[in-house]
Amino acid sequence: MIKEYRTIQEIVSPLMMVKMVENVTYDELVEVELPDGGIRRGKVLEVNGDTAVVQLFESAAGINLAQSKVRFLGHPLQLGVSGDMLGRVFNGMGVPIDGGPAILAEEYRDINGLPMNPAARDYPNEFIQTGVSTIDGLNTLVRGQKLPIFSGSGLPHANLAAQIARQARVLGDDAGNFAVVFAAIGITFEESEFFVQEFRRTGAIDRTVLFTNLANDPAVERISTPRMALTAAEYLAFEKDMHVLVILTDITNYAEALREVSAAKKEVPGRRGFPGYLYTDLATMYERAGRQLGKPGSITMIPILTMPEDDKTHPIPDLTGYITEGQIILSRALYRQGINPPVDVLPSLSRLKDKGIGAGKTREDHANTMNQLFAAYSTGKDNKELMSILGEAALTPTDLLYAKFADEFEKRYVNQGYEENRSIEETLNLGWELLSILPTSELKRIKQEYIDKYLPKKEG
Amino acid sequence: MGKVVKVSGPLVVATGMSDANMSDVVRVGPERLIGEILTMTGDSASIQVYEETSGLGPGTEVVTTGSPMSVELGPGMIENIYDGIQRPLEEIMKKVHGNNLPRGVEVPPIDPDKLWEFTPVAKAGDKVTGGDVLGTVPETPVVLHKIMVPPNLKGTLKSVIQKGMYNVKTTVAVLVKEDGTEVPLGMSQRWPVRVGRPYKHKYPPTRPLSSGQRIVDTFFPVAKGGTAAIPGPFGSGKTVMQHALAKWSDVDIVVYIGCGERGNEMTDVLREFPELVDPRTGESLMKRTVLIANTSDMPVAAREASIYTGITIAEYFRDMGYDVAVIADSTSRWAEALREMSGRLEEMPGEEGYPAYLSSRLAQFYERAGSVSCLGTDDRTGSLTAVGAVSPPGGDLSEPVSQGTMRIVKVFWALDASLAYRRHFPAINWLTSYSLYLDSLKPWFDENLGKDFLKNREKAMSILQSEASLNEIVQLVGKDSLSPADQLTLETARMVREDFLQQNSFVDVDSFSEYDRQEKLLAIILDYDKLCRDAIEKGAPAAKLFDIPSRERIGRAKSIPADEYAAAYADISASMEQEIAAAVQKAGEEL
Repeated sequence: MIKEYRTIQEIVSPLMMVKMVENVTYDELVEVELPDGGIRRGKVLEVNGDTAVVQLFESAAGINLAQSKVRFLGHPLQLGVSGDMLGRVFNGMGVPIDGGPAILAEEYRDINGLPMNPAARDYPNEFIQTGVSTIDGLNTLVRGQKLPIFSGSGLPHANLAAQIARQARVLGDDAGNFAVVFAAIGITFEESEFFVQEFRRTGAIDRTVLFTNLANDPAVERISTPRMALTAAEYLAFEKDMHVLVILTDITNYAEALREVSAAKKEVPGRRGFPGYLYTDLATMYERAGRQLGKPGSITMIPILTMPEDDKTHPIPDLTGYITEGQIILSRALYRQGINPPVDVLPSLSRLKDKGIGAGKTREDHANTMNQLFAAYSTGKDNKELMSILGEAALTPTDLLYAKFADEFEKRYVNQGYEENRSIEETLNLGWELLSILPTSELKRIKQEYIDKYLPKKEG
Repeated sequence: MGKVVKVSGPLVVATGMSDANMSDVVRVGPERLIGEILTMTGDSASIQVYEETSGLGPGTEVVTTGSPMSVELGPGMIENIYDGIQRPLEEIMKKVHGNNLPRGVEVPPIDPDKLWEFTPVAKAGDKVTGGDVLGTVPETPVVLHKIMVPPNLKGTLKSVIQKGMYNVKTTVAVLVKEDGTEVPLGMSQRWPVRVGRPYKHKYPPTRPLSSGQRIVDTFFPVAKGGTAAIPGPFGSGKTVMQHALAKWSDVDIVVYIGCGERGNEMTDVLREFPELVDPRTGESLMKRTVLIANTSDMPVAAREASIYTGITIAEYFRDMGYDVAVIADSTSRWAEALREMSGRLEEMPGEEGYPAYLSSRLAQFYERAGSVSCLGTDDRTGSLTAVGAVSPPGGDLSEPVSQGTMRIVKVFWALDASLAYRRHFPAINWLTSYSLYLDSLKPWFDENLGKDFLKNREKAMSILQSEASLNEIVQLVGKDSLSPADQLTLETARMVREDFLQQNSFVDVDSFSEYDRQEKLLAIILDYDKLCRDAIEKGAPAAKLFDIPSRERIGRAKSIPADEYAAAYADISASMEQEIAAAVQKAGEEL
């Protein structure tokens, strides 16, 4: 028997205090029935004797202290999952909003999931070809990786994410078992619609599960939205054996919602007012990506976040970078020069790349050329800077070649547009073509046999 | 038996706890979740619970175990992977038939049924004290596990079991204390994690820990029994560096603590180490490694305990007379766990919300490292080296964890994001890093590598230092306006950076470099500098000297296989001398 209480003592959105409760447990799901029959949900944040502090997931507007009824449901917030979720659209709390029928759940799952046993993880090492040179060639993505896009306001991260979702495939693998789980967290209708249209255009919509919490939806709901999406993704990946790509956008909105709740709880704030447990909280989401022993499916995650003031040391990108396996950073300077996608190659990184490249995966020369391209581009950029201070005359002929290399690299390698889908062969060959600008003696990071085999022969 | 009155995340308050002791381990609720008492007021106790507390409410029963948080120490720990409170993760997987970690799973830390070959060393009638060896067990091909008398016992052995196969619970010896009571001794013993294991004396460390990493061994060495910290922003290669140390350090045992970090990194260690061969023993690296994994998605309270669990296991092996290294990645996550619990206890926060006792806790951890003479009558010596990664928010070293760590550790390997962007790995900044062990290690270096070793190191450092100041001039006036001698300094510095300091952990030959090889490689580069300097004085043009064919050979000298390098390096030296001499001669003729 579930008891109903009419003992709400206090509401300071999003927190609610209920008195004289019995047998309430921590983290339990709470339903509040409004006088007009509407239902609001929340969870128990703290229980002290006969007082329960409840955090509402939804707006507190309309709750009447005397007349609203509170029920404690005895289980945490759950999502009913099913294979039929593919092709459907849900709100941030997991309720279908596409006018279709309710989902007949095959299973109910706690949206917080359970930590993955590190001993049960399978190391991600399958190369995913995204068709984007700056990612495939230099910051290779592998199945089961979590690779965020660090962007700024007004930068085209959505186009890049859509391009990845559209083009990503594993070489020699059938694409049939592929699904996209997309969580819109506090983004605008237009941005969300861009993704929906994009999935529709490419026919991916039937293989996509969308969770949308838009900018005008209650901020507290945002804390649940990515967890709903990940619960669905885990089900599809580890029960239905699918390869799931999860796109979470925008993590900055999520973290701000978390800060809002933390402030309401009067917790000691950490850096920039974000709670001290922001790292742990983000980690419990990001770490749900991965592969497991004995399971064919996988979760690859691309969280998108906009860095406030393009500042990489802001707590949100900073803590994200400490958890995720690399980052793709977009550069405003490149974007202004009309280079698209404006991936800032040097600070971008994929930590798992070394396990996903090389003979049998991409090509034997991949690791060597990758290092050489990085080093050459970095030197070239330094030289260009020097050139702008001292003029061309101050540079040696070799230095000038490096400067030329940097320009060509940005123009041809980085600037590929959002429609071109390059195979890994094309990307690697383009790298060699660019390296041929430099004297062969400068290619110290490449084994001689690869130089003999792959370096385009100069004419004459 | 107590009852829960309040639950707030991992913090539970229970009343009726008057028979419990401060710091006792308690079991909460029907699932028997593991917790530890943090504070006591009257008969109520605040308990930090090491597992998810969802579903707990007032009225739940709490039982004290009467003893503090302890680990079980005995054969079977090596090659194992534990969570923060010493539960074997692979056994949990088998027990729950799943890939996730549900709560309330109880698995013994050491397999009680596995049989080990025990060879007695002591015999009946022997007078023994804590630390004396009763017998040995070959735990892995490279680790001879010594079964010791627990530290606080003393007496006469009444009996010792004969050689044979036994499990860890078998009584292998019976000790009679001075008061006549008999104590049966098994192969395993328990020890509270928050108390350091005792030893006879601590000595200042005098031997370097060879890690095979050139920048570490030659430039900023850590001593066996020393402490070191690796701070760095994300993406600067902290974890790769930690893994390299765990792989190639010349110690007997490595305890690797993954504290609040990525799950895939632990998987990497778990999958890669068994396949890597220790260059010193020829056996798999896993045969000397104990892993503690409390990844960032696992309960935060157990993260706090994981550091202590790891270092206690390390001390136990040190007590056997081994050189042990503890590698903790990352101490910042441990500090954050401390902060979270402190916040829930409503303690007065210190800097950035961290508790005021943060730096004393850090100091206590690092102080458990050291080079010691162990308990026991045979005067063994052992060492425990502690290396901690620090993850400063935004790479800003002024934050409390970095500052607290820097005050204690003696070696500081500062990782630099800008080096990482240039793909200079290991991205340890040579200008800001330091090692305070150079003086105490000098006798060892002089004796084993020759007096030139430290001189060369100093010279290379001064060249790198000059490079930094010359670069400022180049920024203003360009390279051409420098004198040939200064141009040579830049060139040599570049060689030191690219041909010596850069080291690729992902290339087999280069991932590990022994001391002798390091010494020879640096000597070649400095010889080149010396010979060129003379040549320039004799009028040879700098551009010609920078262009000699040996230059490229030095650049590729790192990748010469380990069995050929001695001959190859001598050959490079000889041809380099000839080529420079030829350049001088040609310049003379042209004049």
